Amino acid sequence: MAKNTAKVTVDGIEVEVPNGSNVLQACEAAGKEVPRFCYHERLTVAGNCRMCLVEIEKAPPKPWASCAYPVADGMVVHTDSPMVRAARRGVMEFLLINHPLDCPICDQGGECDLQDQAVGYGLDHSRYAENKRAVRDKNLGPLVKTTMTRCIHCTRCIRFSTEIAGVAELGATARGESMEVGTYVERALSSELSGNLIDICPVGALTSRPYAFVARPWELKKTDSVDVLDAVGTNIRVDSRGSEVLRVLPRLNEDVNEEWLADKGRFSIDGLKRRRLDSCWVRRAGKLQRSSWPDAFAAIEAKLMGLDGSRIGAVAGNLADAESMLALKDLMTALGSTSLDCRQDGAHADAAQRDFYTFNTSIAGIETASALLIIGSNPRHEAPLINARIRKRWLQTHMPIALIGPEANLTYDAERIGDGPEAIAALLRGRHRFADTLTKATKPMLILGQAALARPDGAAVLAACWKLAAATGMLSPEWHGFNVLQTAAARVGALDLGFLPGQGGKKLAGMLRGGVDVLWLLGADEFDTAAIGPDTFVIYQGSHGDRGAARADVILPAAAYTEKNGTYVNTEGRVQRGMLAVYPPGEAREDWKILRAFSAYVGCPLPYDDIDALRARLEQVNPVFARIDALPRFPASDRHGPAGDPDCMQADAFTPWIANYYQTDPISRASPTMAECTRVHAPATVQAAE
Amino acid sequence: MLSDQDRIFTNLYGLHDPFLKGARARGAWDGTAEILARGHDSIVDVIKTSGLRGRGGAGFPTGLKWSFMPKEIGTRPHYLVVNADESEPGTCKDRDIIRHDPHTLIEGCLIAAFAMRAHVSYIYIRGEFYNEAAALQRAIDEAYAAGLIGRDACGSGWQFDLHVHRGAGAYICGEETALLNSLEGKKGMPRLKPPFPAGVGLYGCPTTVNNVESIAVVPTILRRGAAWFSALGRPKNAGTKLFCISGHVNKPCNVEEELGIPLRELIDTYAGGVRGGWDNLLAVIPGGSSVPMLPRSTCDTVLMDFDSLRDVKSGLGTAAVIVMDKSTDIIRAIARLSAFYKHESCGQCTPCREGTGWMMRVMNRMVEGRAEPAEIDTLEQVTRQVEGHTICALGDAAAWPVQGLIRHFRPVLEQRIAQYKSSRAAVGRMAAE
Repeated sequence: MAKNTAKVTVDGIEVEVPNGSNVLQACEAAGKEVPRFCYHERLTVAGNCRMCLVEIEKAPPKPWASCAYPVADGMVVHTDSPMVRAARRGVMEFLLINHPLDCPICDQGGECDLQDQAVGYGLDHSRYAENKRAVRDKNLGPLVKTTMTRCIHCTRCIRFSTEIAGVAELGATARGESMEVGTYVERALSSELSGNLIDICPVGALTSRPYAFVARPWELKKTDSVDVLDAVGTNIRVDSRGSEVLRVLPRLNEDVNEEWLADKGRFSIDGLKRRRLDSCWVRRAGKLQRSSWPDAFAAIEAKLMGLDGSRIGAVAGNLADAESMLALKDLMTALGSTSLDCRQDGAHADAAQRDFYTFNTSIAGIETASALLIIGSNPRHEAPLINARIRKRWLQTHMPIALIGPEANLTYDAERIGDGPEAIAALLRGRHRFADTLTKATKPMLILGQAALARPDGAAVLAACWKLAAATGMLSPEWHGFNVLQTAAARVGALDLGFLPGQGGKKLAGMLRGGVDVLWLLGADEFDTAAIGPDTFVIYQGSHGDRGAARADVILPAAAYTEKNGTYVNTEGRVQRGMLAVYPPGEAREDWKILRAFSAYVGCPLPYDDIDALRARLEQVNPVFARIDALPRFPASDRHGPAGDPDCMQADAFTPWIANYYQTDPISRASPTMAECTRVHAPATVQAAE
Repeated sequence: MLSDQDRIFTNLYGLHDPFLKGARARGAWDGTAEILARGHDSIVDVIKTSGLRGRGGAGFPTGLKWSFMPKEIGTRPHYLVVNADESEPGTCKDRDIIRHDPHTLIEGCLIAAFAMRAHVSYIYIRGEFYNEAAALQRAIDEAYAAGLIGRDACGSGWQFDLHVHRGAGAYICGEETALLNSLEGKKGMPRLKPPFPAGVGLYGCPTTVNNVESIAVVPTILRRGAAWFSALGRPKNAGTKLFCISGHVNKPCNVEEELGIPLRELIDTYAGGVRGGWDNLLAVIPGGSSVPMLPRSTCDTVLMDFDSLRDVKSGLGTAAVIVMDKSTDIIRAIARLSAFYKHESCGQCTPCREGTGWMMRVMNRMVEGRAEPAEIDTLEQVTRQVEGHTICALGDAAAWPVQGLIRHFRPVLEQRIAQYKSSRAAVGRMAAE
């Protein structure tokens, strides 16, 4: 039997690496550092920087690019021979002759591969005395700033945009020294992942435009957190200085975001400093007046006095953390209310079983799928990183993908087989050949978007899709191909906690138009606040002065996601925690603390005094909250579908779920950067409407 | 001296009809079906035993290269690609084959493609060769019309299609993998090797890329036998070769000669000798712009073949002999070549992209003498830092002429620098006065 590993000796250290690895990977396995610029493990090998040169015994006696040299059994590699050292010094000298050496004014300074490797492998002086090359900067839009003179032509950005982002917009023009990276006809990059270009650029050629000249990396406090601007649960690192969040970078998590971050999560942070609610407000004689915590609590208490619990309602917003939602739920229970809702969009959700509302295949699981049906969703806008995974899988296998819903450019080939429920019905009846494709696939999956559920016939669509999943072999003890793609970071957590109408409780629609007398909004801005009854007393607890705050009678200023310790459950059902990076501004407080304080004020204190006690309560309510970062697997052995009659689906076509990717929540609506992106990218109709 | 009956290219000078009728009269397409009937592998064996080495510059044994192709057609088709992107300064042999004897090439394509089990072949022709591409296309059309190639080539039962693709004017597209990229419609940048084209070539399929001359000599070798071919030339440097003699000679010309002919004999016999006599010779670049030059002393005795030239630290390259007499400003000549390589570097890998520009700039100053003597060593080291550190051989090609200059004409460089310094000193004195 052929061995599938190769034994390679690197500087006297023997390592076994899988066949098909390259020498650079073998060197890393042996713990030897090999400098590189163009090589990136998630991109194709370009082999053009020539920095990773090593000496290989029995190969022709010259330095070889280790990133592009396949390993062979018995190979002997030297990473630190005189020939290798001289070669690296030479390449380093070449890289620097046309590099401006403007490190003092370069934003990459302090986290620059070129800087680090020049110190590690370069000469201490340059022998080049000629004029340096100067390159005109390119305009790549509002997010990525270019200083093309610094470019070392590693082509990582070209490969990233072509391969990962799936938009072949970057390329190189001209040749030799005159080669320039750009878009040829100058225009903004149309990818939702363009911010990652900044991370993969090994030099300061591509840097963050909003972050330009703001800070040095060593001044920043780094805090691990979770992105809440979509439901992917991207692992992020929040870099802050003093009370300001200055930037957000992705953290490595192979199961969720690999090492990428979508643009909204990265660039909307300037919205954290704008339109903030930093003190209490109480409406008196029709006008909101600045107030204090005791006054605000008193105003609420006065309204609640003697009010029956059935006249009180609470709505949890899309960015809420699990702790505050549980605190609000407990408070409402104490007040005798069962009118709770977390679905501002009115999307149908069946909380009877967890796999009715989560992304059960898991994001990493997409990489094993063999056919995909997307229903009522545009993952590129709703979850760019999930879209990138789908593209990754599609590039590997060209798996068949079909789309039911509005036309969309998804960066991979998706056959559009219908625009509404009748296509689902056709698949169910086996009237479309894609049903055959799904059945024949070993690991078929479907992604059900919110656009298909936030309709009067949402329950029917959900039931029909489950039935389709069961009929096409998506549900088995080994494989779960039924996926609901959530777009709100709070949604799965809210459903796990049962933040839904209880016995006799009302849905959001029932609370509107005078359905309740007191409405408590926990950061809820994504519904038509004009539909709230004129006599309804609205309490808005949140971070931004958005739609909800404008309608409120009492405003309680709260913390944004970077300003609190919070637990979030992503669309997969993965429980993750974000840490407090900076303190909330002014009088604003963490949400659960506000609710706990208010409960004490009205004389029914919630039974937890600190976050640990609250988290213990979370686990008590739903054990999934005990498994931080891990993804509990539920085999799809139970084929009982969600309630709903598949035959009740209506004929209306699915509509696009997100009109403008860049503005979907109070934070991104407050962000000037996102407003600029909207101006550049969003279709004119959206602009006209706003 | 090569006798006329041993010449392969009998219409090199275009004195006769280049097209089918004339070609047939010269023996082309004679018994091609019988040659194909010998079978794929026996053709490869004949080429192997003939000792034919690639005529594009590197001199890799052609038969050996062919034998790297898979022995059976798997799921992917095989391709033969002919490199007619002849851009090496000083070289114009393929051009004359294509315009004056295109049928030798077309017949060679059929036989070579058959030997490698390829049904399709592409000829990638230099974009500037407009008339040549037209002539070649006309010849191909004739061959199709006559049934020599096409669905049933020469009645052998082998389907063979031949396409001409015109380049767009990049020297680097003459590098075999850059050529494949260009042919696929991508930017003409060399690919990483491994994988080699015989495994993963055009459109990811097994591919062999050969020079025009290597392919065009194949029919004659098969007709006259490997022994005949290997008897010409010198051991390991068998056969005849087209030499392109240009520069300071009385009669620049292309000529077919045996490998191993003394350089002096070649120049004196065919090119009418060096302008002003042999003693007026300064240096010769023996194999196209990319090989190091030979000083007069070496030119006296050197033989023109792969191994002899390698022994004198140069190379046969494309056998484009560039003769320079004593009126030549040798520094300026090499500076011009540096400018050429700077202009033609694809820009993909660092040492070549940055190094060619650096070499050009220093060379331009050296022409004036506006440099320090120590910079000669720096320049030499820069060429060493480029050489062997790049994906393709363009880096080497850019480094070698400069290395040749420094190796053989260092005193000239030093003298130029001293001259410049003294002239500046004079200017300084005048200003002070």
